[in-house]
Amino acid sequence: MTDTIQVGSYALKSRLLVGTGKYHNLDETGRAIEASGADVVTMAVRRTNLGQNPNEPNLLHVISPDRYTLLPNTAGCHTADAAVRTCRLARELLDGHNLVKLEVISKSRTLYPDVVETLSAARTLVDDGFEVMVYTSDDPLIAIELEAIGCVAVMPLGAPIGSGLGLQNPYNIREILDHLKVPVIVDAGVGTASDATVAMELGCEGVLMNTAIAEAKDPIKMACAMRLAVESGRLAYEAGRIPRKRYAGASSPETGLIE
Amino acid sequence: MQISVNGETERIEPQSLERYLSNKSLLGHRIAVERNGDIVPKSQFSDVILEDGDVLEIVHAVGGG
Repeated sequence: MTDTIQVGSYALKSRLLVGTGKYHNLDETGRAIEASGADVVTMAVRRTNLGQNPNEPNLLHVISPDRYTLLPNTAGCHTADAAVRTCRLARELLDGHNLVKLEVISKSRTLYPDVVETLSAARTLVDDGFEVMVYTSDDPLIAIELEAIGCVAVMPLGAPIGSGLGLQNPYNIREILDHLKVPVIVDAGVGTASDATVAMELGCEGVLMNTAIAEAKDPIKMACAMRLAVESGRLAYEAGRIPRKRYAGASSPETGLIE
Repeated sequence: MQISVNGETERIEPQSLERYLSNKSLLGHRIAVERNGDIVPKSQFSDVILEDGDVLEIVHAVGGG
């Protein structure tokens, strides 16, 4: 497909955005990301183990910043302050690259977004010159507020992170789409290809996923499936589906039948 | 003197941040450093002299979603 998705100052060719967590090794990570066709690849920022072998392979060797648009996340941050510090470290780590995925999550078993801290961090980061793609709940009012703050993409969850439950509240996602001008990207909750397609058929600009690919029995094959699912859903959205009807409508002519 | 690095306390002789990172074989690797809550740009590693009580965070990129 030739269409692009504009996220802040970035023009992206793929509507599938993928994570790099939970793979067995870096080789598998690299092959799955390649098979997914994604431009945007998320990564996390963690303390360096000071005793480690300095020649140990690094994620950035496999996922080159020259080839992919890296999207550092603030996963694991439970406060606005921790998320802001993590983003600033990421910007330094990536030589000034200012696109970040903001997520401030609760400590509960749902890992549900802490929207109070998220709103606070978003304001600070936008003021500091970051282009913020923000993970949030599927609450339309919060989504509208995050856009007003200046986030370049709003990314409501389809279902809790890593749950694979698929879109649990398509009506809220639809409502968010009706109000926002910045791209709406479903982030989290996708379990299999059809879940991604459903999100795209609703009119989402993209889908971000990690676990559904990384923990599939064959991650490379699932990465291909997700690429096709996202393309397929987008095409179906653009093509415009037929209305749902209660009763049948014959596909073959009802005249000219033999007697 | 004593500093804290990634949550662990460490006794070191007074030295520049560049020297410290070099001794840890981290210089030249893709890392980022925060000192007492502020980012230290790579270009300033040699200018920063570590002081007693400094709190450093040294990070790198890992897989994540």
